[in-house]
Amino acid sequence: MKRSWLPPLSLIFCLAFLYLPLAEIFVGSVNNSRFGGPWRGFTWDHYRRVFGDREILSCLENTLAIAVAATAISMTLGTLAAFALHRHRGRLQFLHHALIYTPLVVPEILMGMSLLLFFASLGAELGFWTILAGHITFCLSYVAMTVLSRLQDFDFTLVDAARDLGAGNWQAIRKILLPLLMPGILAGGLLAFTLSLDDFVVTFFISGPASKTLPIYIFSSIKHGSPTKLNALSALLLIVTFLAVVLGRRLGGRRSAGESRPG
Amino acid sequence: MNRFPSPRPPLPAPAPAAGRKAEWLLTLPSLAWLLAFLLAPTLLVFAFAFRRATPYGDIGDGWTLDTIIHLASPNYPAVVWRTIYLSAAATCLCLALAVPVGYCLARLAPRWRQLAILAVTAPFWINFLIRVFAWKSILAIGRPLHSLLARLGAIEPNQPLLYTGWAVLLVMIYTHLPFAILPIYAAAEKFDFNLLEAARDLGSSAAGAFRRVFLPGISRGLLTAGIMVAVPCLGSYVIPDLVGGTRSEMLGNKIAQYVYLERNLPRASALSAILTLTVVALLLGFLRWSDNRLRQRLDAAPARADREGGRP
Repeated sequence: MKRSWLPPLSLIFCLAFLYLPLAEIFVGSVNNSRFGGPWRGFTWDHYRRVFGDREILSCLENTLAIAVAATAISMTLGTLAAFALHRHRGRLQFLHHALIYTPLVVPEILMGMSLLLFFASLGAELGFWTILAGHITFCLSYVAMTVLSRLQDFDFTLVDAARDLGAGNWQAIRKILLPLLMPGILAGGLLAFTLSLDDFVVTFFISGPASKTLPIYIFSSIKHGSPTKLNALSALLLIVTFLAVVLGRRLGGRRSAGESRPG
Repeated sequence: MNRFPSPRPPLPAPAPAAGRKAEWLLTLPSLAWLLAFLLAPTLLVFAFAFRRATPYGDIGDGWTLDTIIHLASPNYPAVVWRTIYLSAAATCLCLALAVPVGYCLARLAPRWRQLAILAVTAPFWINFLIRVFAWKSILAIGRPLHSLLARLGAIEPNQPLLYTGWAVLLVMIYTHLPFAILPIYAAAEKFDFNLLEAARDLGSSAAGAFRRVFLPGISRGLLTAGIMVAVPCLGSYVIPDLVGGTRSEMLGNKIAQYVYLERNLPRASALSAILTLTVVALLLGFLRWSDNRLRQRLDAAPARADREGGRP
């Protein structure tokens, strides 16, 4: 059958479409012009301004502190939730599953809005703690779903074997189940970490003036900041993200290659 | 937030005899958390839609229908309608782009396929705001794209591309495209391409085989892709806020306006309630459709097993 030229062409078009904005960012970040726009020669100045900016640094600190805490707590809660969903059936788990699934499908603005109302009606001061609580809520779902899918492929005969060899319940969990499941838990944690780092909409609704995260900073400088400095900051984040994706692929790739080995 | 979650209901697992107590111990931490920070806040949204706003931006005492009645003023139906048609247009265009791309990915040699999928998904690990920001500078007046369109006569030389519904639509397509590509690719990968050749042998044209064999074959992927794009589009706030104008406002903008500018939380709640109901209706429709499909498959399964029994 003659292959149509349309699908390959559409793939190429799509890739061009997807990467055009990224090219725009890189070019803008080294363009010697104060307000962006046409090319005016090469410069590293915008990068220097990013590194010299105290506010960016303090936002980065906030962002990382929230992401680390949210990841740690959601990994614990999410893993427990995945075990519960995997081992038990019934009405309780139906409700549990529905609640865990909701943050994956609900638009973020609804989550932000509802949490804002919740904190406002409690009289809680918006800031670090409210952002942390919000992030845990959606991160928990992603961790639980990731771990649950690994549990479904898990070979439970290994745990039975450990029991037959005299291991107690807790010992079998600690020495066999958890170590073997660790890659799945870590994958969930990594996802939670990146989601927390990136989140804007939920954070926007439940952050206070003293708790700016990096996405909040980026949003306000898109609206009223220097576009060239933002270009340089974006280019830096872009490089870090690409390295993380490639590294994640490497780690994930090796593991899945091992898993799919026949026999 | 939605980063290609793999929706999979729990399979019946070999549940060892474990008591109710163990179940509660495992379930309680996450369940309590979600009841407090997910279910209670969502119920509050519906409750606050019936409360009064105080002039100081707080929630007042007593119950009222004023907010709900206010929603009928001509302002809102227009915003709701615009939210729906922009989301529907973005969804259709995303699917139209994603179908040939998914087809192409499924037919690539495995080595190239891995690389192409990585290339398609990698930009989406980059902060969402940064991607929207990049479009803001691409679409600006005086940049190559604007000059090109002006020279072609598609727009007036001083007519902005930014702050229009078109800009919102374009950026919505850009930011949601991989949510469409991945499910369609996943369905196309399982599709048996011999069926297309069989259709051609039986006299169908290439386009006919594509439309009557390939598209029905990946219908599940199409629908999943549609949901994955439509739901976040309905809740868009950042995109219309940054690249849209006053005449391309969506529900998300209105909600944020009531929270930050007018400090009228009951109105923001009422609009959020409308958005919630729209999303829930869409998801329920989807679940119902996929349930029906599953049932049809199960009914058809014995017959197919008979047919396929003879094959080596």
